[in-house]
Amino acid sequence: MRLIVPLQGVVQGRGGLILGSLIPCALYYCLQLYLKRRRPSKPDPPSPSQSSSNLAELPRTLSRSSLSTRGSMGRVRISSRASWVAKPNDSPYYIGLDRASEDPYDRVDNPDGVIQLGLSENRLCLDLIEKWVSENLMESIVGTEGGDLSISGIAAYQPFDGMTELKVAMASFMSQIMGRSVSFDPSQIVLTSGATPAVEILSFCLADHGNAFLVPTPYYPGFDRDMRWRTGVELIPVHCRSTDNFTLNITVLDQAYGQARKRGVKVQGVLISNPSNPVGNLLSREMLCSLLDFAQEKNIHIISDEIFAGSMYGSEEFVSMAEIVDSEDFEKSRVHIIYGLSKDLSIPGFRVGVLYSYNESVLAAAKKLTRFSPISSLTQRLIISMLSDTRFIQEYLQINKKRVKDLYDLFVAGLQQLGINCAKSSAGLYCWADMSGLIRSYGEKGELELWDKLLNTAKINVTPGSACHCIEPGWFRCCFTTLTPEDVPVVIDRIRKVTETIKSSS
Amino acid sequence: MTRTRPADPSTNRSKSTGGGGGTTVMRVIVPLQGVVQGRGGLVLGSLIPCALFYFLQLYLKRHRSNPNPPTPPPSPESESEQAGQLVELPVLPRSLSRALLSPRGAGGPVYVSGRANSVLKGGESPYDVGLRKVAEDPYDELGNQNGVIQLGLDENKLSLDLVGDWLVDNAKDAILGGDELGISGIVCYQPLDGLMELKVAVAGFMSQVMGKSVFFDPSQIVLTAGATPAIEILSFCLADSGNAFLVPAPYYPGLDRDVKWRTGVEIIPVPCRSADKFNLSITALDRAFNQAKKRGLKVRGIIISNPSNPVGSLYSRESLYNLLDFAREKNIHIISNEIFSGSMHGSEEFVSMAEIVESEDLDRNRVHIVYGLSKDLSLPGFRAGAIYSYNKNVLAAAKKLTRFSSISSPSQRLLISMLSDTKFIRKFIDTSRERLRAMYLKFVTGLNQLGIECTKSNGGFSCWADMSGLIRSYSEKGEFELWDRLLNVAKLNVTPGSSCHCIEPGWFRFCFTTLTEKDIPVVMERIRKISETCKSHS
Repeated sequence: MRLIVPLQGVVQGRGGLILGSLIPCALYYCLQLYLKRRRPSKPDPPSPSQSSSNLAELPRTLSRSSLSTRGSMGRVRISSRASWVAKPNDSPYYIGLDRASEDPYDRVDNPDGVIQLGLSENRLCLDLIEKWVSENLMESIVGTEGGDLSISGIAAYQPFDGMTELKVAMASFMSQIMGRSVSFDPSQIVLTSGATPAVEILSFCLADHGNAFLVPTPYYPGFDRDMRWRTGVELIPVHCRSTDNFTLNITVLDQAYGQARKRGVKVQGVLISNPSNPVGNLLSREMLCSLLDFAQEKNIHIISDEIFAGSMYGSEEFVSMAEIVDSEDFEKSRVHIIYGLSKDLSIPGFRVGVLYSYNESVLAAAKKLTRFSPISSLTQRLIISMLSDTRFIQEYLQINKKRVKDLYDLFVAGLQQLGINCAKSSAGLYCWADMSGLIRSYGEKGELELWDKLLNTAKINVTPGSACHCIEPGWFRCCFTTLTPEDVPVVIDRIRKVTETIKSSS
Repeated sequence: MTRTRPADPSTNRSKSTGGGGGTTVMRVIVPLQGVVQGRGGLVLGSLIPCALFYFLQLYLKRHRSNPNPPTPPPSPESESEQAGQLVELPVLPRSLSRALLSPRGAGGPVYVSGRANSVLKGGESPYDVGLRKVAEDPYDELGNQNGVIQLGLDENKLSLDLVGDWLVDNAKDAILGGDELGISGIVCYQPLDGLMELKVAVAGFMSQVMGKSVFFDPSQIVLTAGATPAIEILSFCLADSGNAFLVPAPYYPGLDRDVKWRTGVEIIPVPCRSADKFNLSITALDRAFNQAKKRGLKVRGIIISNPSNPVGSLYSRESLYNLLDFAREKNIHIISNEIFSGSMHGSEEFVSMAEIVESEDLDRNRVHIVYGLSKDLSLPGFRAGAIYSYNKNVLAAAKKLTRFSSISSPSQRLLISMLSDTKFIRKFIDTSRERLRAMYLKFVTGLNQLGIECTKSNGGFSCWADMSGLIRSYSEKGEFELWDRLLNVAKLNVTPGSSCHCIEPGWFRFCFTTLTEKDIPVVMERIRKISETCKSHS
């Protein structure tokens, strides 16, 4: 008799392995996937792949532990995410920073030390800040004698998201920096201890674990930590090229978006830095509008990091995302701006960051999360006075701009003498230099070789493009505002030596 | 008759759903025969192979090297998470086709993340409501006599005058002078986990406060912007999302946020009872641990506060040893929050977990201590907290995570000077303790006169009062009613036991250190009125 048997072939071994196991299993797996998506919050099993260093220790089993007497145990384990964070730095960006801080160059005391060109810190106007602080310190923190500012104003608990006076002062400072036409509403400001936690809080608030942000490259190496470490959010690089002077292209953005969707990754926003870090160029008004259109079309967020808005040395005009949002009828609730005083007022040690958002839910959640990143009230008092001293601020901004520009010109001219050109830029504390002529193999390996030689032979810490996810090898970010004008010839001379050895050996 | 050939071993291993169905003449033993013939087939035939395949997937997933951080999936509380998603749903569903059609400005509102929603949803507990009410309408002896009196915030204002005087005399030198770096020492980038000088100073201060015999190593300190982020960072570092900590209850209401919000870690309260003076019993701890295990939860540690907040009691040397034994047996961590260790007003001796660990020279790396200057130095506004850990990996990770919670340099410079001024510090500690003790005695005496008893307490800024005699129904509801009356009628903001996850209703936390002595009669008078109405009703 010939019976029709379901899956007959399977049993008989004809192609059975594949059909017989794959099909039902695939179906079941899809069911699982479906269930998982539907289930709201059942946490993923943490992937322990990163904790391999820990796994090397004795495996922990319960039966073992109940047998053991006091003190005979294996070592206690830390979480897999902590193991991941605790891993030694592998990015050249952080390796370089560590090297420079271990053996810092000093013209007199340590002339063979590493010169720091990897940290975007502005030391050109410390004298102005010092003068102001020494004149106004006591008044700003304890108040004028008999004033109503008592000690409890700085010692006692204050709102974690910042004092209202500081928000007001900050809003008007931001208007001053970003062009008079923009007004910032103090009630849309949340203050954090530096821009770093502001970025992280936004990442928490806008995306869930496994979601992604599109980020035009090259981008600031710290974003990988700030956006991803504790949030589980992904960054998808959107590559910009030297032929476009590294400006963003909406078509490329759209492609990246489409590819992410195909991979099943939910894109929650675009993260831009304007002025761009590391390139130093600006996003034009049209580009900002197209970006907003794009975000609107996809219904995603935009985070605009404008922390260098006041550090302009070029002639181009800076346009804040806030200005675009105000001027046209865009849906505002998708726009969030990051700002801080670390760059424009050169006080990174004060840890003052700003999250400016048009979205009420984001503001409400961010305010609650500032319990983990508050600014000390002593510092807040100091900043309130400083920002309210309009004469000082005006003078500072003017002098700072001039000093940054002078040093930029000097530095870029020095590089040009060595045949190294920089991308056209208008702002920031750095320049973006094309050293692709100096690398031996046109690839990331060649770039890292050159970086290594600069760090270990020439003793110059610069940030290689690969640390910024730049797709073209051979670009380097050089922060020049930690130098004095006298240091510039030293730097240029050290680079020259490297270029000469490279040319002679090739 | 190849048809009846039993499935070969490889087919068998791969768990095909097929069986040797079509046997006619001969009866051959066929694997999974029943499946094909429809006898219980659906279950056996699909579930078994699929389950196996699923495990394979799981296995692969675990072993795949994952470029992404193993960070927390969504949310700390599954309930609020669900609620959070519900909030999203009423909004127009976002589909691509829709978005493409919509012209500029017509798109629906953009979503925020589920976890942001859950932070918002967390809503207002009585603890928050009380704090808000005080902020809106604070009592002032002269300006606002009908305002709400703050008894809900752990803040010590008794010795602020000393700090103020010191600041006026020393702030300028502290911030600007004394350091060869000058201005660059405060405005430039500094190590985000705190200046070494401050770590040394804090280590010295901790030794002084916690008993001279304990030595703290500055290299084991990580400084954070307050103790709040210190706890969150430890929670990130010791547990993964979905793991849990055991916490003896009643506990500080803020702990739920600090431990759970962004980390996805759970808290399992271990109930302590008034009959034991709210001391932790290892039996209860063990029971909670086993229950958690049964629920499939992985317990990664215990969080205690010593001196306990809200009760104010201390852990004896013996109970600390037991706790350490327990942790060792289960191979879990211990976080000891000792932020009140310098704010003692009783006669008992405070024993730091550090002392226990130092005395036994083994297996220290499961112990982590949280400290801060908010309480013992009355400087919550400065946001200076510390993690003290014996675990190198935890220290390494925590140092990196301080990029999100760093202390500003001017405050650090100031604290370095203040803590190094040994004469001032000694005077401050003595005076502060004396004032704290006097205030505690006055406050408790006042409550006793109203017939309200407090548990015996030795440290902290609060007393833990038994008002179960005043609640109408012996339940959380009754407690909540009394709390509501205290807040809205008597205008006193106290923290109800339920906010601290206390299992017995009717207990309240009174923080008395924001008061002045003159305020005490006012507070007592307000409580008296409430207790009288309660008694006249019943």
